Parts: sequence; structure tokens; C-alpha cells
Amino acid sequence: MCGIAGIFLKKPALEPELGSMLAKMLAVLSDRGPDSAGFAVYGNGHDGRIKITLRLLDETDPVDRLEKEFGGLDAVRRSNHVILSVPEQHFSCLNAAIVRLGTGVEFVGSGSRMELYKEVGLPSAVADRFDLAGMSGTHAIGHTRMATESAVTTKGAHPFSTGLDQCLVHNGSLSNHNAVRRELKREGLTFATENDSEVAAGYLTWRMGEGATLKEALAHSLSDLDGFYTFVVGTESGFAVLRDPIACKPAVMAETDDFVAFGSEYRALAELPGIAQARVFEPEPAVVYAWERH
Amino acid sequence: MPSADLSTMALRELNATLHRLPRDTNETHWIVVNPGGKHAIACGLDLPITVEIDGHVGYYCGGMNSEATIVVRGNAGVGVGENMMSGEIRIEGDASQAAGATAHGGLLVIEGNASARCGISMKGIDIVVKGSIGPMSAFMAQAGNLVVLGNAGEALGDSIYEARIFVRGSVASLGADCIEKPMTAEDSAALQTVLSKAGVDDLSACDFKLYGSARKLYHFHVDNVDAY
Repeated sequence: MCGIAGIFLKKPALEPELGSMLAKMLAVLSDRGPDSAGFAVYGNGHDGRIKITLRLLDETDPVDRLEKEFGGLDAVRRSNHVILSVPEQHFSCLNAAIVRLGTGVEFVGSGSRMELYKEVGLPSAVADRFDLAGMSGTHAIGHTRMATESAVTTKGAHPFSTGLDQCLVHNGSLSNHNAVRRELKREGLTFATENDSEVAAGYLTWRMGEGATLKEALAHSLSDLDGFYTFVVGTESGFAVLRDPIACKPAVMAETDDFVAFGSEYRALAELPGIAQARVFEPEPAVVYAWERH
Repeated sequence: MPSADLSTMALRELNATLHRLPRDTNETHWIVVNPGGKHAIACGLDLPITVEIDGHVGYYCGGMNSEATIVVRGNAGVGVGENMMSGEIRIEGDASQAAGATAHGGLLVIEGNASARCGISMKGIDIVVKGSIGPMSAFMAQAGNLVVLGNAGEALGDSIYEARIFVRGSVASLGADCIEKPMTAEDSAALQTVLSKAGVDDLSACDFKLYGSARKLYHFHVDNVDAY
């Protein structure tokens, strides 16, 4: 089943409320996916710096070691996740250093503004654990998982991020993900899991790397990805939704002057501010819906 | 007039209350507020009461309905009126997928649009959609009338049996074994009856085209013997 949710704010007034809006949506969507949850929030960034989200798997905290090696790191801890803010020029060698750290640390995502959190457990507990309700930002996407294609592990939880500030949540299952993964590996992409949804994220990263816009990349996926899907995708400035051509998985959207919101079911949108005046609609199958911040 | 507020009352309590009403109840008109998109609201009613729901409902609203009249002042989620036997359901907004699925009887009126698979496997219900319907509508539809004042999406009436589909606007494409058919006097009378039951007085049967089964798929045909 799985539940997905997303919010894209059109005006700054609601930015401090973004996290609490998404937290309520994910709690409702527990019914569709109680085994794990995750979310990406596009918050503040600093020019010339990149935020890396790491998940700590044991008691060894790598921040001191990385700080000694690189200096000038800014670390914010939220439960077992650490957000490291690093100067852009150190990003790639810092990534290599994180890989060298070995098994105690897992790379979750990175970007100039994106922070990404995921964990097994009830969605409301996961949201509380990272204090989602206290986060602010311009847009956010989230997922509540009922695993069907791979095990209930944190690595299998969504969103999947395969590029800077890019992330994807998926409800459904892809049938040609192995073939697409092989092709993307040949193109130089790497994958952290055997999960079908990570392949969809990687596919979009590859397309956008080739110069496509988010909207164009999703339009291409209609011919290259086979299976059932509703995708909600975030980039540094964009937010997009796509359903497969037979609209196998549910989707409802609401749009007001202040925001665009996506939910697997209307229930997830029912508590959003101003929902009574919103235009509520079901996205058409095989149509890319995309919004960009200007 | 009895009312229920689903922001404070449990959904199961509302449905159980409605199910407990005796046939000769005087509480014949219920108002439900703050439905919040909850699933299975007013499901399984089996007496002639009216339930007005003020807001959007979730999945399977009015499922299995017999005799009751249900009005939704908002949108409906997946499977509204699923397996309805009789009575009437009126959705003032849009309906999601599989509206009226497998329903045997009664009338389902959708004032807005209905999305994919409207009337899938319908078995005798009359469905009137004042807007347009999505792809794969009336898939394997067996009996009843699906009347669409707007347009129909792809693969209309795929593998259809003996239901009738009346469409006023365009049809994106027809599914397997679904064809346009000449409208007989009987078809036209049936359409006129459904339109008037739904309160559509400004249109006549001549405004519509009829689609139905070519009857080539569900009868054995010797040319297809290799496929078995």
C-alpha cells in the first residue's frame, strides 16, 4: 500500500508551519504504511555550503574525526541523524572520508537545502523522534511504508535521494527496475539498495544530469519505467507529481493561493489550513504536474 | 433533525447507529458534518432514510446501500456506492476511481467528474455523471446504464457485457469489443428515464451516442480456438 505526502508552499507565511503540516499528514497516513517513514525538508541553506544527512548506526560519532580532518564543519544532531554543513569545495572528499569510516555511518542524502530523515517505526513516532513538527522550509515530501518489494529496513524507507537536493517517494512497484538499474550503473550511477524506488530516483537524477528539467525527466519516465507508481519528487526549487498511465495508485491534490499539497488520500489533506477553500482534484494518469519556485 | 459530528463521534458509532434504526423510525433525515475524508461513511444502510454529508468523504461511501438516499456536499474517494443495491447517492463534487463499482441497482449521480474505472463491473445500477469520466470506465460492465454528459477517457467499455453507455461528448477510445450502436426506441426511453430521475431536464436522448457490446468477446468463436 504505502502513503505519500508532499507540500509545496507558494508564499513564505506558512514556512514555519511546514514541518507540522507534514507531520500531521504522515500521522494520518500511518494506516497506509505503518512499518517505516521518512521525509525530506527543503529548509535554509548557506551559499557555498552543502548539507549532508548521515545516519549513525552505532555509538561511534564520526563528527569529531571528520572535524579534525576537514575543520569548519557545522553539525546538527537529531536523534540518530546528523546534518553536516560543509564548504562546497570539501564535499566530494568529505564523502570519500564518510565511506572510509565504514559500517557505523550511512549516507542518507545531501543538498544545499535538503535534509532527509528516515527510520523504521510508526510514522508519528518517526516524526516525533526527529522533531519534524519543529522544522520549517519551502517544500517537503514524505512517505509511510508498507514494504512489498524489499525488507523492512531503514535503507528501504523512502524518500530516496540519488542526487544533490533531489528526492523521490513512490507508491507502487516497478517491474523493470533491475534492467533500468543495470543501464544506470553503466551510466555511472551508484545504488545503495536493491529497492525499485531507488531506481526511479536514480533514473530522474540521470535524466536531469543530461540536461532535462524535472518535468521533462518525469515525462521520459513514462516510457522508460514500467510498473505501478505514483511519484512525488522534490528538487532544490521544484516539486512534481506523476501517476502511471492506468492510475493504479491513489492520489489527491489540493491547491490554494498559499500551497500545493499532495496526499495518497484526502484524509491526509483534511487538516491543512484553508483546505475548505482549496481546489481539490485528482491528478490525471500519465500527466506530469510540476511547480517551480522563482 | 439528528446530526453527527465526525470530528468528535467515532465513525463506527455513526454507522452502528444508522444500522440500528428500526424500519419505522422517525429519524429519517440525518446530517453528518466534518467527514474529513473518512472511509466507509454510511455504508450498508438498508432503510429509506436520507443522510446528508457536509464535506469530502473517503473510500466506499454508501457502499452496499439499499433504499437510503445519501447526499455528499463535497468530493468522494475511491469506490463510492460500491455494490449498491438500491436507493440513491448524489455527489455534489467529483468522484474518485471505481464509482458505482459492481453495483446492482439504484441511482448514483455525480455532479462533477468521475475518474478512472467509473462503473467497473456494474450489474444494474444507473450512473449519471454530469462532468466527464476517466479511462477504463464500464470495464466488464454487465447491466445498467452509465450516462455521461461530458467526455469519456481511454478504453471505454472494455470487455463489456450488456450494460449501456450513453456519452454526450467525445470518447477518447473504445476498449475491446465495445462499439457505437444505433439507439433503439427502448434504449432512448431508458436513457430519458434515467435523465429525469437524475434531474437532468434540459437534454434529450438525441444529444447522446450509445455504446455497448459487439458480443464477439464473450461468445465462443471458432476463429479463436487457437487461443484456448
